[in-house]
Amino acid sequence: MKKSQTRPIDAIYLALIYLFFYLPIAVLIVYSFNNSSYSLVWHGFTTNWYHSLFSDSGLWIAALHSLIIGVLAATFATIIGTLAAVSLYRYRFMGKGLLNGMIFILIVTPDIVMGISLLLLFSILNMPLGFWSLLLAHITFCIPFVVVTVYSRISGMDKNIFEAAKDLGARELTIFTKITVPLLLPAIISGILLCFTLSFDDVMISYFVSGPGFEILPLKIYSMARLGVKPELNALCSVTFILTLLLVVLSQKLTRKES
Amino acid sequence: MKGDNNFRNFSVAIISTWLGIFALFAFLLVLFASFMQPDSNKIFNFHFTLSNYTTLFSSLYVIVFFKSFYIAGACTLFCILLGYPFAYILARKTSRWKDLLLLLLIIPFWTSSLIRSYAMVAILKTKGVLNNFLIHLGIIHHPLQLLFTNTAVMIGLVYNLLPFMILPLYANLEKFDNRLIEAARDLGAGKVRTFTKVILPLSLPGILAGSILVFLPAMTLFYIPDLLGGAKALLLGNLIENQFLLTHNWPLGSAISVTLTAVMGIMLVAHWLSSKNRSGEDFL
Amino acid sequence: MSDKTVVEIKGVSKSFNDQDVLKCIDLTIKHGEFLTLLGPSGCGKTTLLRMISGFEEPTNGDIYIDGKNAKGLPPHERHVHTVFQSYALFPHMTVSDNVAFGLRCNGIPENEVKPRVEEALRMVKLENFGNRKPAQLSGGQQQRVAIARAVVNRPLVLLLDEPLSSLDYRLRKTMQMELRQLQRKLGITFIFVTHDQEEALSMSDRVVVMSEGVITQIGTPRQVYEEPACLSVAKFIGEVNIFETNVSSITDGKITVNIEGMPHTYPNKHNFSVGDKALVLVRPEDVRVYDSNEVTDTSNMYRGIVEDFTYKGTTVDLMVRLDSGKVLATTEFFDEDDDSLVYTLGEKVWLHWVNGWEVILPHEG
Repeated sequence: MKKSQTRPIDAIYLALIYLFFYLPIAVLIVYSFNNSSYSLVWHGFTTNWYHSLFSDSGLWIAALHSLIIGVLAATFATIIGTLAAVSLYRYRFMGKGLLNGMIFILIVTPDIVMGISLLLLFSILNMPLGFWSLLLAHITFCIPFVVVTVYSRISGMDKNIFEAAKDLGARELTIFTKITVPLLLPAIISGILLCFTLSFDDVMISYFVSGPGFEILPLKIYSMARLGVKPELNALCSVTFILTLLLVVLSQKLTRKES
Repeated sequence: MKGDNNFRNFSVAIISTWLGIFALFAFLLVLFASFMQPDSNKIFNFHFTLSNYTTLFSSLYVIVFFKSFYIAGACTLFCILLGYPFAYILARKTSRWKDLLLLLLIIPFWTSSLIRSYAMVAILKTKGVLNNFLIHLGIIHHPLQLLFTNTAVMIGLVYNLLPFMILPLYANLEKFDNRLIEAARDLGAGKVRTFTKVILPLSLPGILAGSILVFLPAMTLFYIPDLLGGAKALLLGNLIENQFLLTHNWPLGSAISVTLTAVMGIMLVAHWLSSKNRSGEDFL
Repeated sequence: MSDKTVVEIKGVSKSFNDQDVLKCIDLTIKHGEFLTLLGPSGCGKTTLLRMISGFEEPTNGDIYIDGKNAKGLPPHERHVHTVFQSYALFPHMTVSDNVAFGLRCNGIPENEVKPRVEEALRMVKLENFGNRKPAQLSGGQQQRVAIARAVVNRPLVLLLDEPLSSLDYRLRKTMQMELRQLQRKLGITFIFVTHDQEEALSMSDRVVVMSEGVITQIGTPRQVYEEPACLSVAKFIGEVNIFETNVSSITDGKITVNIEGMPHTYPNKHNFSVGDKALVLVRPEDVRVYDSNEVTDTSNMYRGIVEDFTYKGTTVDLMVRLDSGKVLATTEFFDEDDDSLVYTLGEKVWLHWVNGWEVILPHEG
């Protein structure tokens, strides 16, 4: 096959779309360092907005809450999702089709439907909205992403490896800890990182299942954004964006390296 | 042997229980609630009724429905028009930059769309970047009112959802066998005919997969119209949000959600039908 | 090889989703023998292997391993180990850890593990490769690690599922020899699955020929080649010319059949009656070809015209059309001093085969 040379017009088109994706974010980051509250004109470099950001204790608490929820949700979702992906790949069991279907539906269902369905569930169960409702919701919407990430990795593996281990006398738990998990490790770590970014950024579902007692960062950003553009918010969004960006890049590196 | 099933049973049980409660049961609750009578003091009144669905067909809601469909449809169309050439060029590229380009495409997929929407506000506002830029170029002389218009909502939606169109399209076109194009050209088909008769039909599942990922969120991402469109732009998402958090009419909100899910189901069936004669490729 | 039975398969059948994959298989495998399951893909040979190893359970019938009914026994409790087609080495472990895996799973103390691993690696001539990862080995070396990993547990039977199919031709030949030698040295029963008849013939003590879920013949390589029990065996193992004919008369326990216009007389092994349909099978290499100037007495020969010839290095294959219209395949071995093996298309030749080298079978169906 001859190597296709990118035509200039194609390259320009790609560049324009990427510009469309990244210019607004770049502008946001640049203006978070602008020494002026409202003007678009450049008034010199400042880190004032970051200073005032870091001295806002309310923000710190919200960020801490988000961090806790993110870490816990990512951990539990990854454990459950990995077990699910391994079971779906390796075992035959009743209701496997249904389970597959549910994971698929969870992925394509609009977030808002998941949000209100969980709100209904928690209300019926008489559960107060706050830490627990948020955690349970976040684990739930993270699970399918772990399943997809881990499953795509395990399905590329040689099925005979598991049979060989079984043949040599390994019990299922040994196979899982000695064979499956080490081989899936890149996918599992990438799953954890992606879950964390999903949880850390989620607005749609958290909006319905969070309570006044437990504020998280994305909802705080949302309520600030509704009031308009502010330099502190520019700074906050820049920090959050860069943080999640790093995690996504890291997780992509992990999945790509060995495939 | 018997004790050896413990691990399997444990993992199947834990995932089944979790999804059974938080996905299946929760979704069924929505369906159930949509047939109950609303009650502003309780979740709902334990009385079967179809009134929530009949209310949906009253003029106010029908207008919101159509407007939502119209905006989401237009957004999907724009995403196809912008995204198809992009995915096509990227899929056929073989340069060493490809990995980086792909990564740059995946990043918006995982990072906060709220923050990106907020960034759009800064671009579009009256004294924002876009207006200044256009005035500077001399294309316009007075700033345009962009923010709080349907145009702004549309721009925001396309901006947020375009990657969701491009990725499935890219996945589809990437797997495309170049020899088919060569064969078509070899058999005498022109460029246009090769595209309309060979490439386009084979990429239809990709287009549909992308459309599902764009169309549904376009109707429901309530914070985009909220930030960019002000109170004027009311999408299905805002309608559901209002039923649940403002007017406290949960059964009606549930009915809207069920209708939305039904739309999703129809699109999934269409996607399934279009990809069924091809090998079972993954959705994403 | 002894007469002791190590695996006994009694009336085993298997179906997947109402599809019969195996139908009532009976097979006795002796201790220390090299047995090959031979057949085209989809004949059920791998399924049979997987039932011996314990990855599948028979739908009906029983499998006895070392005299014990293996029903319900998981793979690792059968004293049977499998070498997979893909080798299935654990990519994240070193060669030594791969080989030690089974020992550790069975709770063998660590001070015993090391010498046994070393011994197994020495056996497959990989004693210096213990610290490598599988990805750093060649295909043939990976194959040997897979064998070492299986034999280190001292199984009664080693099951090999087309273990050579992913190697190239020359390496495959070498590994065939090595496997045969290893099997003699270890004295372990090998059950070897392949679809390659040449491989089966050159390696095995006994060959089990399978077709569409049934065993069509069990015998030594020589038996299945020279005395195929049925047409499908004859067709699968080597090329064969088939003549369809009728028994025209029987005298003194001998039948006379007419082959392409010439009568032949054979012993009546299959209880033919006059008028029965019979098949006469002749291997291409059993057919002799003569130039028209080489022979004087052509009374018992067939006349034909060379339609095609293929030079194959050690042999020359001809397609010869007889006067009757029938096309015969022949194979002649090269003899450097003989220039009579040069043919031209359309050349007239005389064909002949030694009476008694053909196989006579009743007509099937």
